[in-house]
Amino acid sequence: MRSYARPQTLDEAIGLITQAPRRILAGGTDLYPAAGVQLDGDVLDLTGIPALSGMTPGNGLRIGACTTWTAIAEADLPPALRCLQQAARQVGGRQVQNAGTIGGNLCNASPAADGVPPLLALDAEVELAGPSGRRQMPLAQFLTGPRQTRRAAGEVLTAVILPQTALQGQSAFVKLGARAYLVISIAMVAARVQVTAGKITTAAVAVGACSGVAQRLPVVEAALIGATASDGPGRIHAADLAAALSPIDDVRATAAYRLSAATELVRRAVSEALA
Amino acid sequence: MIGFTLNGQPVTTSAAPTARLTEVLRDHLGAMGTKVGCDAGDCGACTILLNGAQVCACMVPAARVSGAMVETIESDAADLDRLRAAFLRHGAAQCGICTPGMLMAGVDLLRRVPEPDEREVQDALGGVLCRCTGYRKIIAAICDTAAPETSSAEGIGASVTRLDGQAKVRGDSFGADYWPDGALTVVALRAPHAHARFSFGDLAGFARRPGVAGIFTAADIPGRNAFGVIPAFADQPAIAESPARFRGECVALVAFEAGTEPDLTDFPIRWHPLEALTTPAEAEAPGAPLIHPDRAANQLIEGRVTKGDAATALAGSAHVVTGTMQTGYVEHAYIEPEAGAAWMEGDTLIIRACTQAPVMDRDDCALVLGLPPERVRIIPSAVGGGFGSKLDVSLQPLIGLVTLKTGRPCRMIYSRRDSMTSTTKRHPAEMQGSIGCDAQGRLTGLVFDGRFNTGAYASWGPTVANRVPVHVTGPYLTPHVTARARAIHTHGPVSGAFRGFGVPQAALWQETLFDQLAEKARLDRLEFRILNALRDGDATATGQAMQAVGIHDCLTALRPHWKRALSETVPGRGVGVASCWYGCGNTSLPNPSTIRIGLSHQGRMMLHQGATDIGQGSNTVIAQIAAQALGLPLALFTLIGPDTALTPDAGKTSASRQTFVSGRAAKAAAEALRARLLRLANAGEGADMALDGTTLTITEGSTRRTLDLAALPRDAHGYALTAEETYDPPTSALDANGQGTPYAVYGYGAQMVELEVDPALGTVRLLKITAAHDVGRAINPQLATGQIEGGIAQGIGLALMEEYLPGRTENLHDYLIPTIGDVPPIESLLIEVPDPEGPFGAKGLGEHVLIPTAPAILNAIRHATGVRLTQVPVLPHRLLEALR
Repeated sequence: MRSYARPQTLDEAIGLITQAPRRILAGGTDLYPAAGVQLDGDVLDLTGIPALSGMTPGNGLRIGACTTWTAIAEADLPPALRCLQQAARQVGGRQVQNAGTIGGNLCNASPAADGVPPLLALDAEVELAGPSGRRQMPLAQFLTGPRQTRRAAGEVLTAVILPQTALQGQSAFVKLGARAYLVISIAMVAARVQVTAGKITTAAVAVGACSGVAQRLPVVEAALIGATASDGPGRIHAADLAAALSPIDDVRATAAYRLSAATELVRRAVSEALA
Repeated sequence: MIGFTLNGQPVTTSAAPTARLTEVLRDHLGAMGTKVGCDAGDCGACTILLNGAQVCACMVPAARVSGAMVETIESDAADLDRLRAAFLRHGAAQCGICTPGMLMAGVDLLRRVPEPDEREVQDALGGVLCRCTGYRKIIAAICDTAAPETSSAEGIGASVTRLDGQAKVRGDSFGADYWPDGALTVVALRAPHAHARFSFGDLAGFARRPGVAGIFTAADIPGRNAFGVIPAFADQPAIAESPARFRGECVALVAFEAGTEPDLTDFPIRWHPLEALTTPAEAEAPGAPLIHPDRAANQLIEGRVTKGDAATALAGSAHVVTGTMQTGYVEHAYIEPEAGAAWMEGDTLIIRACTQAPVMDRDDCALVLGLPPERVRIIPSAVGGGFGSKLDVSLQPLIGLVTLKTGRPCRMIYSRRDSMTSTTKRHPAEMQGSIGCDAQGRLTGLVFDGRFNTGAYASWGPTVANRVPVHVTGPYLTPHVTARARAIHTHGPVSGAFRGFGVPQAALWQETLFDQLAEKARLDRLEFRILNALRDGDATATGQAMQAVGIHDCLTALRPHWKRALSETVPGRGVGVASCWYGCGNTSLPNPSTIRIGLSHQGRMMLHQGATDIGQGSNTVIAQIAAQALGLPLALFTLIGPDTALTPDAGKTSASRQTFVSGRAAKAAAEALRARLLRLANAGEGADMALDGTTLTITEGSTRRTLDLAALPRDAHGYALTAEETYDPPTSALDANGQGTPYAVYGYGAQMVELEVDPALGTVRLLKITAAHDVGRAINPQLATGQIEGGIAQGIGLALMEEYLPGRTENLHDYLIPTIGDVPPIESLLIEVPDPEGPFGAKGLGEHVLIPTAPAILNAIRHATGVRLTQVPVLPHRLLEALR
């Protein structure tokens, strides 16, 4: 049997999901491609809950889980979030950007999820709500493997929270595939830097599609501290990426290529962020 | 009930809340203009506007549109109408399957950005795939929606707006878009393994499930369970008996009652995987099991051409180059998956489906179903792209079987995966050999050996094996030739026809070696080709003396562009050139077309045109030819067909033959009709005709005569007058050495590619493609350049991204075809060297255009980087590896 619910409030949603497990539907851009004529199972559609959409500044920035990629791309956000906005413009085609949501992208937990590297570089946390209340954890902890997260069966991902400290500096996102649009990444990189007196004082670099879960690169970040715009890219070495990543061979590229390309993409993303 | 506003009108639906919006629109509300290409958001064919924003309707749950505004291609909004007009004016719709999605995405953009630039168009339409147009005319249309300058020109050489265009910009009726009420839904069960025995369990038990109307297996086929495009090689079962010979092969059909959700879960079948021969090398290894017991060493066929003594010629040559080239399976990836419906009318079985070859479908279905051909009627739907794969039957015998057995109408729509796994592919090729020239750079000889993976069944394997040796020299004078191509069976997908029948693969080998040979001879690469270009009177590898050869003109037309491009070259950039030639129509086999024109008592020219227009424009071009030959306006013509009950056989839409062969038949029929009209009026050949209502006025000098068509008796076809003519190209059989006249007409072309290589990532950015094609006579220049741009887009895919891997790239997000951002600006140069055999001098074009693109890209990459690549697609990791 199938049932479908599209509640208007989060409490209702949590009430429903507590009674029985349900498939959570947001933009539908991941669930429908895997479905037959219609979605199987009992479906809980979150897109009718106004509180889950939109961006709210405060202590940092709160992005509702059902905020679409188009809403993110078109919002007036600080330069530090440019990487997220660039990624938002490269999630599928515009139809997917108009429907797909940031929360869905995280819960789907694809190794090639476009939203993850920028959010890692922005020190994002996720907020989960369940019958026993809300909890918050770093995105890096939330994602545990390909298609795996720490979301419990009775929980809903409600928001992505960017701390105030991560809204500083400037950033860039670069994505590599074999064609111009509708690209599933061979590799992608988000980089965020803060520069004081011509030198990098903060660096956050994350690589996607080169490991089961996108990874921050602490060794690379450390090497960038103190660098200038001109010598920053030269401090990025493939060996430091290799230590943090575990690329695979697939139809899109070889593992060796991924590592080499990711190294180059990190250099480019850092340069672009510094520009 | 879910209520929403559809194109300004309130509607309600009882669809399930999580049903896809595409199903709501199409199956529940009957709005068939929104197309379904993948059900996965990969193709954008189903793009609609939801509260003003473009989304893929296939991923929108029905419940979510409750209270919303939905706009589809059925909308009459003024801005959509303007964009429709711009699409028609610019020739932006070819087959029409992507057109609704393109138009809706375009309207979404124009409402946000009234005067977009190219980049903005690409960003807005990046999610809609097109396989026909190469996107350039779509970009041009969206950037130019201002009120049109209408042109009234319509003769030969005029870019008449396609006659079937209005339907295409409103959502044409494709294979999935019509079915009789109550039609059963047919679903195929397919082999999950490349080679496997199977046995059925309790089929009767499954058949008793609610909603199951019937199960059909090979045992139910009443006729010969073997179809094939070439009768002598017909070997492919419509439904396989054990063992299945490739992944995706149909092994059973289940028909479900209308309204039942098809569910094959727990279908009673047991699989026993067997060792699969996946490459020709494995299949040819001594002791390899035979896939077909009567084909020794798993060889389907070998094609050969031998002229002179190539080995000796090479031994005495000043310069010789030797090399290999390897290509993979390429998927046609038309945006319309195969679909159709079947029903009975009296004792005639009607099959309406997408096809390139209605008469071949009729004959194959009749054989499989054990019916005389006259009891099968094929009504081609609009065809959402074919490119060769819709020449072979797919679902036609399957739905025919279900209707024949149940007496009930049925319909079948392939999923994207059904389409990709079960239909034909371009042959993977492994090619090697040598080419030599003398000290002045003149070609001396060529030795070629090609092995083509023809997959599990014959399909067009014999055609590829025969075409490749004939064409492998390229359009160049090559005195000594030894060329051999073999088609080898494997347990891979069936390789069949795909735009060029093996010639694109061979051209990759030959044209990339030419750059090395030119270098050895210290000649400019373009000048080397001009020096060796075939001229009138030259003999080809088959010994045919050529006429109306246009390659020299094509290459010299590129000269100023070549010099400009070379002068602009900077490090990282490269320029490459490659040529093509292609014989139009069947190789040394009869290949007739028949066209009938009826002059109705109402004063209409009823053009019975059995050539299927798969987007290339034959509906328009053949009518233009007929109108010109008859001497009456195009507006008087009504197109009939194709339909095997209404149209004589105009052959298949393949091998770039429709403009040439059916065009000649149309010209002959029109001339015959004109002659009869003039005779009735006792007028000479130079007289002018004019038709006003049913009054035909014939003027010769100062003499005017009128004929009242309404008063003429009805002929056997029910018309006032009918003319029907057949044309069959004059060819001759090839002898044991491949010598003879395989084709009556050839077309030629040369393309120049400018690109940029990113040496750190191994990626390629195309900057511009300049394409010179000799079309003999451009009947409709806009349709001709549309073919060029579309062929180039497929050539780009072949060169840079497309590789079908069974089990791994069976969808449109893992199998990559070019998007709107992957096709650079294209400058087409139409060259006209009229062929005495072609209608008004016209030659074929459709296949030619794909051939030079990939080798020109590889040559430009070599120019940019020094690397000669020997495998396509040149994926970034392959190029980077070659660079290091």
